[in-house]
Formats: sequence, structure tokens, C-alpha cells
Amino acid sequence: MSLDTVKHAAETPDAAQPWKELGLKEDEYARIREILGRRPTGAELAMYSVMWSEHCSYKSSKVHLKQFGEKVPENDAMLVGIGENAGVVDVGQGYAVTFKVESHNHPSYIEPYQGAATGIGGIVRDILAMGARPVAVVDPLRFGAADHPDTKRVLPGVVAGIGGYGNCLGLPNIGGEVVFDACYQGNPLVNAGCIGVMKHEDIHLAQASGPGNKVILYGARTGGDGIGGVSVLASETFESTGPAKRPAVQVGDPFQEKLLIECTLEIFKENLVAGIQDLGGAGLSCATSELASAGSGGMRVELDTVPLRDSSLSPEEILMSESQERMCAIVEPQHVDRFLEICEKWDVIATVIGEVTDGSQLEIFWHGEQIVDVPPRSVAHDGPVYHRPFARPSWQDALQADDAGKLARPADAAELREQVLKLVASPNQASKSWITDQYDRFVQGNTVLAMPEDAGMVRIDAESNLGVALATDGNGRYAKLDPYTGAQLALAESYRNVAASGAKPLAISDCLNFGSPEDPDVMWQFAEATRGLADGCLELGTPVTGGNVSLYNQTGETAIHPTPVVAVLGVIDDVNRRTPVAFAQEGQLLYLLGDTAEEFGGSAWSEVVHNHLGGLPPKVDLAREKLLAEILISASRDGMIDAAHDLSDGGLIQAVTESCLRGGNGARLVVPDGLDAFTFLFSESAGRAVVAVPRSEELRFTDMCGARGLPVARIGVVDGEEIEIQGEFSIPLSELRTAHEATIPALLA
Amino acid sequence: MTTRIGVVTFPGTLDDQDALRAVRIAGAEPVSLWHRDKDLHQVDAVVLAGGFSYGDYLRAGAISRFSPVMETLIEQARAGMPVLGICNGFQILTEAHLLPGAMLRNNHLHFICRDQKLRVENAETAWTSDYSAGQEISVPLKNMDGRYTADERTLDELEAEGRVAFRYLDGNPNGSLRDIAGITNAAGNIVGLMPHPEHAVEPLIGTGRTDGLGFFTSIIKKLVNA
Repeated sequence: MSLDTVKHAAETPDAAQPWKELGLKEDEYARIREILGRRPTGAELAMYSVMWSEHCSYKSSKVHLKQFGEKVPENDAMLVGIGENAGVVDVGQGYAVTFKVESHNHPSYIEPYQGAATGIGGIVRDILAMGARPVAVVDPLRFGAADHPDTKRVLPGVVAGIGGYGNCLGLPNIGGEVVFDACYQGNPLVNAGCIGVMKHEDIHLAQASGPGNKVILYGARTGGDGIGGVSVLASETFESTGPAKRPAVQVGDPFQEKLLIECTLEIFKENLVAGIQDLGGAGLSCATSELASAGSGGMRVELDTVPLRDSSLSPEEILMSESQERMCAIVEPQHVDRFLEICEKWDVIATVIGEVTDGSQLEIFWHGEQIVDVPPRSVAHDGPVYHRPFARPSWQDALQADDAGKLARPADAAELREQVLKLVASPNQASKSWITDQYDRFVQGNTVLAMPEDAGMVRIDAESNLGVALATDGNGRYAKLDPYTGAQLALAESYRNVAASGAKPLAISDCLNFGSPEDPDVMWQFAEATRGLADGCLELGTPVTGGNVSLYNQTGETAIHPTPVVAVLGVIDDVNRRTPVAFAQEGQLLYLLGDTAEEFGGSAWSEVVHNHLGGLPPKVDLAREKLLAEILISASRDGMIDAAHDLSDGGLIQAVTESCLRGGNGARLVVPDGLDAFTFLFSESAGRAVVAVPRSEELRFTDMCGARGLPVARIGVVDGEEIEIQGEFSIPLSELRTAHEATIPALLA
Repeated sequence: MTTRIGVVTFPGTLDDQDALRAVRIAGAEPVSLWHRDKDLHQVDAVVLAGGFSYGDYLRAGAISRFSPVMETLIEQARAGMPVLGICNGFQILTEAHLLPGAMLRNNHLHFICRDQKLRVENAETAWTSDYSAGQEISVPLKNMDGRYTADERTLDELEAEGRVAFRYLDGNPNGSLRDIAGITNAAGNIVGLMPHPEHAVEPLIGTGRTDGLGFFTSIIKKLVNA
């Protein structure tokens, strides 16, 4: 086939084009023709199709995401907000932190190892592109039922991919989640988050300014992998009978990425770039159009200079390829030699592929002939915007009316004991160390806390002991019952987890995983969840710095539970003051902070014992969350508590079990006045934590809580080798340990 | 004069910064060495740090072993310069035939990261003199290819000559023959092990123990007293 040049396109307006196969809608194709005043060339069509895909353009979610920019709490920590590769937050002492969570759901279902591996690779490059050194990663994961045969295919591959890539990259994996639910059977959620650290003056932005500046593509050669990968894959629903899409998944090379990181950081150190962008979804189409769109002029690219892995690739394929481990930099001419020298030092291939022009168009040439001539903004930023219809699902009222309070409760202490063991051994509540032990949590030598702690924490300055903490949480069951509250509960839990570690929550990133936006039910869930999250962030004073939306997580007509995952970033002035979850000291007093009500809707107990999902999720009181966080942070700073664990899914007994097993000590608990043992152990009321207080600090601690108006109850003491609920039952730690730790290896090893 | 201890960075080395930090905390001057540079910059000892040099492609350590820096290092190590190989560094030392044996894929086929208990079997090497023979320590272990293997004759020889420097306790994490976690050459200047002492030098970081610091204080004392 002859080359489809701009000239040729103008001369052949009626040539048939595969817009539909590339995922464009008829009106979108018409709009492209209108923008260009002619039909697009094959290369232009390729660019628009990937950039206007749901994944890259956020066309269905944009109108709702706007709220994150409108309901912004007053917070002077924000240095760079939504819209860049990742947001940037001031953490003091001249340091800035950038962090973000992204999804790699669809590729990970098709090809678990590479899908998950390149998910890590992509988020790490996003962080790097901001000018930061990546310092840690986290992985919130969701799979189908734990005992489903396909989970045994997907999970080990995903875990091996995350480990294989992240471990080789030298980034400690410090947190995340592993959740099982049948709703994720055909749509596992593989989210990945990364934290990066830099000095304020090192922040870099994705823009191409200054005519004459060179466009340098560096990193891996471009290959045929991942053509239309993330963008097209993540923008449609899986059909059970569709053709295999495996080749659309990218293949990662973590060694190349490690070199890219070190090389890029050295380039930053010498101030050699004017703008920089990583190549992720939509590859060169995205990088060139976004850089040019955010800059002041145009850009001219000689596409045939791009180093290839496969010399037979067409220009369209080169523009769409999502080959990994590539970056694109804008470099002033006098810095080009030094830039290339540093790349050579790190054995990284670097090529000048074009330059910034004083025009307004993005122009791409192939062996001297022009194949792209577009306004970059029309590709990168002016994609379609949909106001998708949404409506409260017809089944929502019935679901909420199916109250979990009506479920049969344990009849006696023996049954209560049995249910406790069943709960802590259930796949969702069981120890995940079989999984997390496959990730390197020690590399870089700054890890202060890592899973199964409430939040991961790394030191960022070895002199001052300044540190940052990150927690990620989401509960699709809560969100299914009420998406607005569910999103706020995810936010509240993550916020609480950070505070429980002793760090002050500063800002959030989110990964919003939902079904098809073409379903009004799903769109309602999305609208409610984003509204809940935006309102919640406003009240808690934690702005949204950026994030990611993953739609079309459904198989056929069945969508996943709405699953907003929230990552909260916190800062701690001195990591010596961090609070672990372990009950390490016998004799310390256990206090329950917050109010406990009979709240079982969406609870782990209702799932494990009754396989039930109905009613309303726990109530949210964000003012209370704020107060609880302040108490946890003050108590940590002033040495009043030695351990803290947030209470969430599984309730008090889950938290106490984890803290006891981690510390190797038992606990004697007394049911507080006004509560029955069942509610005490299993309720999932929000805004609560359990803390271990040294006896010498008891008065000071309770005085502080009293003065600030936080309800506290002394519930027991760290003691012995069993967990005893006085007057009810006791379970030896060894029995709890076996129950808690045997489940996951038995299912997966 | 301060003791200068070099840490080599190969492409894909990951724990070089940690090793440099451990050297500094122990009281010596850390010196970064680059794989392409044959010059060892007058260091008194060298640490080959952990990581995935060259992505573990071909075989862990197989490519790094041919780096320019290794030419000088192999020569100097044979002449008695102390060298410590940690994890990937250990793999490089075996590839370079400075230590016998090889590391295979873990017998359970997974990467494993955990706090690992070890027994110091030989407290007379350049890197272990601050420990006592039989002492039990805990340091992080993290690797994919950590299963130490060698032929029976070599293993018997290592045992007979007291060259098994460390053994795994409380469960062999990867199927290493005779629970071997680390070994030394006959002269005691070259030591290699899979676990990571450089990750256990600060009370707050990692596992919260400082059991690994002894490697670095051992070598400093030896060099200062030399």
C-alpha cells in the first residue's frame, strides 16, 4: 500500500477509512474531518483514535471529574495539580512529593504477568517525568473468588509480574491491598501506585516550548507490542467470544527501565531538559501531541528516525505502539550533546527525532513526506466530551432494604468463637504474606513501615528523618450499597490508616474502577462516587492531586462493584515517631477510640458467615475522622501510644488479631458497657481505631481524648498467649495464626 | 587515614546506595565505583552489592563478571584485597570463579523477601571477625535465584575447610544445599552470601535490627589493624 500522505488525503476525500475498527464513533470521525477540513491520513486517524479513546481522553468521566478541581479545599501544600503526569505536594524542608495511582486492569486479565509488570513500569515513568526519584510502589489488587480456577491463573501471574518488574527496578513495595470477590472474576483490578521525591526546584512539566529546541526520544526501541494496547483495550467491554487480544498487551523490560530512571535523574541533575513526558498509553501519539499542545509552538517530527525493534512497522503502528521504557524530552540545542553523552553512559539509546517550531501544527514526516498535519490541541486536549445519561438503578432500593441487621447472629459464645476463626481465615481477611513476600520491601534502605502495617512509610531524608506515608483503600461492597458513602468510606479509611501510622494526611490520588459508562446504572454509580469523594476531600482538607479512571470493567452485562480506590499521602517530621500495628509490649493497655454501632451492611462478617450483601454501609462522619486522626498523630508524636490499628473490614476482632500476631502477644478483652460481644467484635463502624497505651501514659492519653471530645473505652490489656474475650471465649494465638496464615498458601501455592 | 571501601555500580545494581550508607554508618569512607572504570580508586576493600545487574539476563551475574572493573577486581582479590559479594554480588563472584558453586532458581520458583535467621559458622574471615562462631543473626533475604549449589566434592571441601560462612536457620528459604547461605575463599578475604547485611544497619529501617553492621565493622577493624 502506498503512503497515505496529507496531500494524498486531500486529494482522495472519499477513501474508505477503518475508523470503526479503531474504536471511533461515527460522529467522532466526522468531527476529525471537520477539524482538519479534509479526511485524516492513516497516521492522523491512528493518533486521534488512540488519543480520543476512553482511556486517554476521559470522555465519559470528564464532566464528573471536574468537581475535583472545583471543590478544592484550602491547602497550601499543592504545588502542581491535576492535569500533569502526576500532582505534586509540598512536604516541608524543601522537599516535594509526587504520587499517583493508575489501573492496568484489562491487560492484566489477558496477560497477567506482563499486564501487571507494565502497570508498574507506566506509573513509575509518570512519577519520573515530574522530575522525581521514585522511592516506593504500592499495589491495590482485586481478583475473582479466591477458590475460582481462573483466580489461580490470574493472581500468581499478576503477583509475579509486579514482583518481577518492581524488584528488578529497585523500588520497595510498601503497601496495597488484595481483595477477592466474584464480581471481579472476568475483570481483575490491577492498580499500581508510586511515590516520588524531589526538591521543589526540580519539578519538571510536560511541555514543548522554544522554537529550535530538539525533541529527543530515548529508552527502548519501538516495537510492535501493545499497538492500541491500553487505550483501545481499556475502552471497551470484554466479549466472551471476541478474538484473542493478547498481542495488544505490552511487554516490559525492567532492566531497561532501571537504566532509564538513573539516566533521567542524572539528566535532571544537570538541568538539561525544558520539558519531558513519558511514553505510556498511546505512545508517541500521546507524547508528541501533549508536549506540543502544552507548549507555545508547533512541533516537527521525522518519524523514520525512531529506532525500531521491527523494521517492518508502518508509520501508523509506530505512532500507536505502546512499547515500554521510552521517554520523550525537549532539549535546548546547546544541551543536546551532553544529554546524549549521559544516555550513552547508561547504555540508553537516544535519538533526536524532531524539533519545536514557531508554527502551530504538529507535523510528522516519513522519509520526507508529510503524513500528519494537525493542531496538537485537537488531538491531546480537545477530545470529545460525553454527558452520558445516568439514573439510580432500579434495584438499588431493594438492595438497601435487604438489611444485614436481620441476619442470624451467633447463638452462644461457642458459635461466636467459631465465627471469629472463620472470619480471620477467610480469604479477604487472611494474611497476605504469601503474596507480599514476593515483593522486595527493603531495597533503597529507607523503608520504615511496609505491609501488613496500616500504611507504608519511607524515610526521605536520612539527616532530618523526614518521612512520607501512603495507604490505599477501597471497598466495592460498601460502594455497591451506596456509591456516595462508599467512596467517602474509602477516603476515610485510607486517611485513618495514614494517621494511625503517625503521619499527617496531606492529599489524595484515586483510581476509579467502574463498569461500562454506556450503562446508566454504572454512570450513576460513577457520578455518586465522584461527588462523594469530592465532597469528602473538601471536608477533610485533602485535595485530589490526580488519578486515573478505568471504565468498561465488565463482562457482558455484568459490571464489577463500583470500586473507587483512594490513596492518601501523609507526612511525618520524624520517622522515629511512627506507630506500628504490633502489640509488642505485654502489660500495655488497649483502648478503643470512637463509637461502635450495630453496622453490618457490606461487612466482612455478613459476607463470610452469610454470603450476604445488602443494607446500608457504615455511616460516615468526617469531622470525627479528622478528630481521630489528630489524636492518633498527637499521641504518636508525644509518645503516648506504642501501637495503633485502624478498624475497618472485619471490625475490632480482625484488627486485634493482626496486632497480636504481629507482636507475638495475646490480649485479654472486656466487652465495654452498652455493647454486646457480637457487635463489639464484628461491627464495622467507621472512625475507630484500637491503640496500645503504656501504663505510664494512660492518664495523659485519656485526658487528651477527653479534652478534645473523642469517646474512648478501655477494652483490655496486652497479655498472655491467647486472645480472651472475658466471659465469652478464648483462642490460643497459635490457633489464630494457623487459621490466619494457612488460607492463601493453601489456595494458591 | 580513613578506610576507603568501594561499592561497584553495574547497570541494574539496586542496593549500591544502601551498601554505601552501611559503609558510612560503620565509620569508613564510601567510594562509588563504576563498572566501566578499571580503576579501583585506591580503595582498601570492595562490596559488590545486590540487584539485578544486566537484568539477570543470560544468568544472574554472568554479564557483569566481564565488566572492565572486574578485570582489576579479580586480580586484586586474588592478591588478597577483601571483597564482599551480597546477593547479586555473590552471584557475580561465583561467575568470576572467585568463589566456588553457583546459584539456581529458588526451589519454590518464587521471589522471596523476608527476615532470615542465620548462623555465623566462620567468624575468622575479613568480613565476620566482629561476630562469634555460632552466633545467630537476622538479616533480610530477598532473591529469585538464591539456591546455592555445588558438587559433592566441593561441598565436602567447603565444610572440611570451615569455608561455609553462614547457614540458614529456621527453615531453608530456597533449597540451598546443606543450608548454605554464604561462603568464603580459603584466605578469608572473599566472602559471598545471599542475605543482605546492608539492609540491617539501622534500628528503625527494614527489619528494625542492626545485625548486619558487623560485616562492615569487621572489615574496618581488620584494615585499620593491618
